[in-house]
Amino acid sequence: MIAETDTLRLAPGVMLRQDRTREQWTLLGPERVLVLDELALEVVRACVQGGGSVGTGIDRLAAEFQAPRAEIAGDVLELLQDMRERGFIAG
Amino acid sequence: MSTLEPPVAVHLELSHRCPLKCPYCSNPLALEPAAGELDTATWCRVLDEAAEAGALQAHFSGGEPCVRKDLETLVEHATRAGLYTNLITSAVTLDRARLQRLQAAGLQHVQISFQDTHAEGADRVAGMPGAHARKLAIAREVVDLGLALTVNAVVQRHNIDRVDDFIDLALALKAGRIEVANVQYYGWALVNRAALIPTREQLVAMDAALRDRLPSLKGRIVVDYVVPDYYAQRPKACMGGWGQRFMNVSPSGKVLPCHAAETIPNMVFETVFDRPLGAIWQDGEAFRRYRGTAWMPEPCQGCERKEIDWGGCRCQALALAGDAGVADPVCALSDRHAEVIATAERDAARADVPFTYREYRNAAVP
Repeated sequence: MIAETDTLRLAPGVMLRQDRTREQWTLLGPERVLVLDELALEVVRACVQGGGSVGTGIDRLAAEFQAPRAEIAGDVLELLQDMRERGFIAG
Repeated sequence: MSTLEPPVAVHLELSHRCPLKCPYCSNPLALEPAAGELDTATWCRVLDEAAEAGALQAHFSGGEPCVRKDLETLVEHATRAGLYTNLITSAVTLDRARLQRLQAAGLQHVQISFQDTHAEGADRVAGMPGAHARKLAIAREVVDLGLALTVNAVVQRHNIDRVDDFIDLALALKAGRIEVANVQYYGWALVNRAALIPTREQLVAMDAALRDRLPSLKGRIVVDYVVPDYYAQRPKACMGGWGQRFMNVSPSGKVLPCHAAETIPNMVFETVFDRPLGAIWQDGEAFRRYRGTAWMPEPCQGCERKEIDWGGCRCQALALAGDAGVADPVCALSDRHAEVIATAERDAARADVPFTYREYRNAAVP
């Protein structure tokens, strides 16, 4: 499982890209596409591209959305775990 | 009918030329000669039109796309148009310097086919001595440069007992992804079916071993598993549904719903010289023919899986039932299903059938 102390990055060959045709954000990877909803986009920005640990990213999300940290941490970790299992993020 | 979604990806068959001779190739028997291939400027226009139509990814394929000296130019053009670029290659003509040029042009992902896990078997299938060793060397360069690597393990009767070894190979190479791609019987592979198709027992053993191993691979490597559908109960959702996700452009510029679609008789394919890709996608006759569910006869029309399987594969319906407009006969609900099983079992039981190698001297005259 992903821990708050982990530092993540996009897997090789994966890029965050705005799809202007469909007006949505996506992770593009080897022969596949992951559509990100608003929350998933913010999680990627804070916890994968934020430059710090996963925990630091969760701090940022809690502050930004004025949400109780304990409530969002589990969901964020679960989302990141799923993205890692599908090969979009590494670390 | 709901609004038509834009294509997700465009598959560009840059050339039918290839240094390998794999008998499982799904290219058409009438291979396009080099003189018939689109020029650089036309491919660039096609890439612009694909991005304009909403495609997110470009797959550079063939034949062997690396035979094109303008591959770097095309990758760079695709990248500038906003497309994610995949290179689907045999890798045998690549070297580190060219990989670096392709990476600088924006290439993200390299998929390398492997014919077996040991050189002797692999080189025999590829019809090229030394091919396997070259592939291993280039795969290491791909990873070393930080590009994404997919190992495409092409599975057939001669290597199906080594799927575990294929996975070990991919892990050792540090590939991010492996396609366990059981051969699909189109084009050259259809000609070679009796030399390639595994027995049901082989298939069941492979399937069980692979499914056993999948949980331990989670988070380490992405596994895409293409099942051999002759022994299946339900057909594959070919191309994610006809004309719903992919466009294919042939070396000479024919715009196809799938790479095997040219086998279907009485179908008119527009070319990149007729109309822009987006317009062909929207209402091209070939794309509309089997798109959605309205065309479906029974048993598809009344089937609860009709928007899951999309009737299976049109080219397979043609190859096995002689009619592209009926249910894919690999489906257990098809009245031709028993024949398919009998054909598979009959072909699988044949021993020592020689390969008909995929090469221009064996090709059909167009």
